Amino acid sequence: MLKVSNTEEIVFTPELITKFNEIVARYPEGKQKSALLPILHLAQAEYGWVSTPVMDKVAEFLDLKPIEVYEVATFYTMFFLKPQGKYVLEVCRTGPCCLVGAEKIMKYIEQKLEVKEGEVTPDGLFSWRGVECLAACGMGPVLQIGPEYTFYENLTEAKVDELIDGLRLKTAEKAQII
Amino acid sequence: MGRKLLLENINVPGINTFDVYRQKGGYRAVEKVLKGMSPEDVVEEVKKSGLRGRGGAGFPTGMKWSFLAKPEGKPRYLVCNGDESEPGTFKDRYLMTYIPHLLIEGMIVSSFALGANTSYIYVRGEMMPQIRILEKAIAEARNAGFLGKNILGSGYDLELYVQPGGGAYICGEETALIESLEGKRGNPRIKPPFPAISGLYNCPTVVNNVESIAATVPIINDGGDEYAKLGIGRSTGTKLISASGNLNKPGVYEIELGVPVEEFIYSDEYCGGIANGKRLKAVVAGGSSVPILPANLILKTLNGENRLMSYESLADGGFASGTMLGSGGFVAFDEDQCIVRNTWNYARFYHHESCGQCSPCREGTGWMEKVLHRLEYGHGKLSDIDLLVDVSKKIEGNTICPLGDAAAWPVASAIRHFRDEFEWHVSRPEEAMDRNYGLAHYADPLPKPEAVAAN
Ligand SMILES: Cc1cc2nc3c(=O)[nH]c(=O)nc-3n(C[C@H](O)[C@H](O)[C@H](O)COP(=O)(O)O)c2cc1C
Ligand code: SF4
Repeated sequence: MLKVSNTEEIVFTPELITKFNEIVARYPEGKQKSALLPILHLAQAEYGWVSTPVMDKVAEFLDLKPIEVYEVATFYTMFFLKPQGKYVLEVCRTGPCCLVGAEKIMKYIEQKLEVKEGEVTPDGLFSWRGVECLAACGMGPVLQIGPEYTFYENLTEAKVDELIDGLRLKTAEKAQII
Repeated sequence: MGRKLLLENINVPGINTFDVYRQKGGYRAVEKVLKGMSPEDVVEEVKKSGLRGRGGAGFPTGMKWSFLAKPEGKPRYLVCNGDESEPGTFKDRYLMTYIPHLLIEGMIVSSFALGANTSYIYVRGEMMPQIRILEKAIAEARNAGFLGKNILGSGYDLELYVQPGGGAYICGEETALIESLEGKRGNPRIKPPFPAISGLYNCPTVVNNVESIAATVPIINDGGDEYAKLGIGRSTGTKLISASGNLNKPGVYEIELGVPVEEFIYSDEYCGGIANGKRLKAVVAGGSSVPILPANLILKTLNGENRLMSYESLADGGFASGTMLGSGGFVAFDEDQCIVRNTWNYARFYHHESCGQCSPCREGTGWMEKVLHRLEYGHGKLSDIDLLVDVSKKIEGNTICPLGDAAAWPVASAIRHFRDEFEWHVSRPEEAMDRNYGLAHYADPLPKPEAVAAN
């Protein structure tokens, strides 16, 4: 579930603040801006995407101007600037993977999820997109799922079925327990 | 079997842990340098080894190290380049996943040689699992006294951190990587000043590829001279090759430089031939940025010599008939692959990854993508082919960083060697949407050099 709307006040948990501080300590004094990418990754893992309030809060924490965070978050493709599905399937669409069937896999995912690239399924569970080379060309086609960036290699339609059906089942089971 | 230096113990169960790595002789290089060598001695060994940067450019590592400025009162930094985003390249991922301590050991040895007390390993953000693996390895090495203050009682201190990227190919370029590590957009810097003078936080900095750093371990253990005995000519030592595409056994192989390309593709020791009983049409030998070659030219040079997996042999013939070893990303295309589609795909990649600072790169890559798209989808014109060559020439050499060249070369070389296939896409658009051009004459024996000269 998305925890924030665009207007809500963001409060980082103490655990998150501890992690942020550990990261800042890796750099020389006054160079805390270096912590920006690692902290944005953690923030995205927490909230599912990086909204403006999240970016503003990160800026405040690192003593940066908000624009310094915006310009970075918009440059790097890993940061989501709008809400995504709970699971974002990122499929490599670059040359070497296409030699071994990545385009077919993307079409199949589109059919199976019944949403276009970049859109979210009505149940909020999935979105998907093509991304550039993931440095796994020998194991293609491949896809990854954040925030831990678990990798799925040598994809076939059957493997995609297994993966998506498995994630659906997992979510349904969790919902029953709650 | 060729000699293995980096992957010798890759199949030992548990080699990813400190204990097993240590049992197998790991961290001996650290002991050797900290107990008996000066930083200058280490640099000297690396120079003697002839090691050339494994990140793509092939610049001699020892020489790069000797350029590092050493002003009083300023820290120096070693930054390892684990951005690995060049299409076709996946060897650094392999190394970091399966034998992370080799990289950590290399980082300690190299940091000592450069006088760096804080070093960073910049890993592309998508490799979160590898980042966790490296962080665990660093913690193990620290517990065993190989990192931190006064390592092995030598008085040398080193802190090592892993930094995630954010999903941007351009951050593999060393000055963009430094910008990114400073928490900024990955816009390459104008050189000079070179990082060796002013890099991370405006301090002297060396950026080296994961594999280059790992290679310092066997170089120190066996001596630079021993390392230089492997390989061929100025291509010394071993190289990790990432093999992908239509091969029976894609994967990462450590080769002694100088193995014939034919052996690499067809022998069972390496790729085991082309998959599904098909024939070889083309190869991109060193990552997506290097020129693509048709089968006949990748197997033999124009002079009819066997082409070898070495910096010099792959470059034989210049761009007219040769290519480059680059990062060792070896992509094989079978007879069913469409060169136009692949070239469009690569152009889209470079357009997507251009940082946008230089207009020739920003606009030119987009233009090439568009023109290639219309050729591939059957509404191109014959003049588009020369237009592409023209645009690629206008990008090449006119940009801040080499991404512009890297975008131009695949397009220019595809047209140079596969022009008939592009023309066919214009003259027979319906057919081209339906089927592939096939193997054509690309795998035919090369004409004799005299015949070529007579043309
Ligand atoms: C667009 C571009 C992308 C690059 N990507 C990488 C990369 O992913 N990994 C790498 O080691 N070098 C990459 N390089 C080369 C680096 O700029 C640099 O030369 C290299 O890291 C130096 O290390 P080495 O001397 O050990 O090879 C790239 C260069 C360019 C222009
Ligand atoms: S050549 Fe392209 S990627 Fe490199 S600095 Fe210029 S615009 Fe950026």
